[in-house]
Amino acid sequence: MPSLFDKIWSAHVVRSESGQPELLYADRHLVHEVTSPQAFEGLRLAGRKVRRPDLTYAVVDHVVPTKGRHLPWDDAVAVTQHQALKRNCAQFGVLLLDIDDPRQGVIHVAMPELGLILPGQTVFCGDSHTATHGAFGALAFGIGTSEVEHILATQTLPQAKPASLAVRTTGRLGAGAGAKDLILYIIGRLGVAGGTGHAIEYQGQAFGELSMEGRMTVSNMSVECGAKAGLIAPDETTFAWLKGRAFAPQGADFERAVAYWRTLPSDPDARFDRTVEIEVEGLGPQVTWGVNPGQVVAIDGRVPAPEDFRDPTERSAASRALTYMDLQPGMPIEEIKVDVVFIGSCTNGRLEDLRAAAAVAKGRQVAPNVTALVVPGSGQVKAQAEAEGLDQIFTAAGFEWREPGCSMCLAMNPDVLQPGQRCASTSNRNFEDRQGRGGRTHLCSPATAAASAIQGRLADVRKLG
Amino acid sequence: MQKFVKFSGLAAVLDVANVDTDQIIPKQFLKLVSREGFGQYAFYNWRFKADGSLDRDFVLNQPRYQGAEVLVSRENFGCGSSREHAPWALLDFGFRVVIAPSFADIFKNNSAKNGILLIELESQMVDEWIKRVAGGEGYRITVDLAGQVLTGSDGFACVFGIDPFKKRCLLEGLDDIGLTLQHEAAIAAYEQTHNQPWQAAVAGASGSK
Ligand code: SF4
Repeated sequence: MPSLFDKIWSAHVVRSESGQPELLYADRHLVHEVTSPQAFEGLRLAGRKVRRPDLTYAVVDHVVPTKGRHLPWDDAVAVTQHQALKRNCAQFGVLLLDIDDPRQGVIHVAMPELGLILPGQTVFCGDSHTATHGAFGALAFGIGTSEVEHILATQTLPQAKPASLAVRTTGRLGAGAGAKDLILYIIGRLGVAGGTGHAIEYQGQAFGELSMEGRMTVSNMSVECGAKAGLIAPDETTFAWLKGRAFAPQGADFERAVAYWRTLPSDPDARFDRTVEIEVEGLGPQVTWGVNPGQVVAIDGRVPAPEDFRDPTERSAASRALTYMDLQPGMPIEEIKVDVVFIGSCTNGRLEDLRAAAAVAKGRQVAPNVTALVVPGSGQVKAQAEAEGLDQIFTAAGFEWREPGCSMCLAMNPDVLQPGQRCASTSNRNFEDRQGRGGRTHLCSPATAAASAIQGRLADVRKLG
Repeated sequence: MQKFVKFSGLAAVLDVANVDTDQIIPKQFLKLVSREGFGQYAFYNWRFKADGSLDRDFVLNQPRYQGAEVLVSRENFGCGSSREHAPWALLDFGFRVVIAPSFADIFKNNSAKNGILLIELESQMVDEWIKRVAGGEGYRITVDLAGQVLTGSDGFACVFGIDPFKKRCLLEGLDDIGLTLQHEAAIAAYEQTHNQPWQAAVAGASGSK
């Protein structure tokens, strides 16, 4: 009666000793420029090697400009970080998807695209959104830089086993809603720390009906309710998506792999430490109104008042959020004007996301005074989108079409909100100052973001006609 | 890692829930490639106004909290990004101990690796400490990690729980990687038995690069 999570965990225990965290093997270790320099430096100082450079994969994504990326970059510190990653990967023999590699992109978009992430694996990366890869039925979680160094040196990581949480939905999403609305709604229900200490398994028809892209959107945001990981059982959708990808097993090996992957889903009587049931029948578009991803409301709802929250911590968080966001309780969400629209990130920078946004943008115009950016999640996404003519649709509608990277998701590159600017964003965090100091973020789906760009305010895509 | 011995320090209160790592160390300071020097940027957007001047209204800028080494805060401290720059900044700023009702998972691991002691207490107990620390200027808290007791300078005390392994690592300042490398044989054996191309573990290792 083990669950998917139990099965993966126990298959990766290298060593266990009572009273100590278990030593877990890392099948995949993903590396980017921001959280790795100190780890490689640590190895160098201790005279250690990367134990399995063949299981370690690096990409430059966070500091990459999305305009003029091949010019010498203006930001000298970004250049230092990029150079450090290049030097480290060359010295330790790690594959780097560098700036001029057509496969480069946001780490959690580019790596799965290669077929690198497989069901049943353990995947680690010095990045909290590593949870994304749970979409493949892998156990994937974010770690800190000391842990990155640990895996580089040993290919293992001592970890205490998190508790398990089954999030079970009933019903099917309504019109205008997709994976992003589903996960925003779930986080709203669980609360911003509702998953802390847990590995989630998402169960229910709503997840089974999602594409791999949609599943990655869901798993990506697991960390926004504090969860370590967010898994979805592998099924035919998963296998079909992986088949033929460059780093996935090929031919007869693939068939053997599929046979193994079919044994992974949770047994019907699997036990979870906690189970949460959530009804999603007819769910419509969702957006955040506050400064953490749990502060969520339906697009056709109103800004809540602090008194609406019974919990004193939530109440004080709400009043702080209203001040920062400059919103009045009771205001209809659809009356909130936006200055900037950002479509991209490891949550919603995949082809399906761009298609959804383009379907809304087609034949329409971005509202005056709104700056709207579309930043593909990877070089491959960009190439495919251009092959389908999506870039033409966007630019004709007044959106800017950019080069792949993290961009305004965390604004470590030149794409930054100005103080007081308000943004409808398909990224995953609406923390204070996240997209630029004093910037105000409303998280939403690509369709909602595109509709909001057209209307100049947070908009309900179902009403566009 | 620095050993955590018995410790006593000035305490400060940050009465905000969900303090995220983006606030502890804003992203514009993540581009350093060393572990040092992050303290000057800790809570940067709260400590400094947009024009770069000190925001005297921000609690940690109050003269009474200068030199504080123990921070008392609210639920879900350290949520958000996995950046280890957050504990590096806290430590460099002067904090060795953070007390709160709950902490985010990755932040917990990151803090342990850097010798920062996180103490989880019941909400009501945190309320009590906040009252006492805020109530009297120069309030100090003594942490006895071996005995798992917190004592305030007014004599108020409580016990706290901690994972025994974490406790040992902190007390002895153990090098995690060194510990794991003692089990090299077990790691090699694991790799030997999990190297089928169709198995999940290590599968695709044969994939071309
Ligand atoms: S897109 Fe945003 S969340 Fe994703 S890896 Fe980049 S910065 Fe992190």
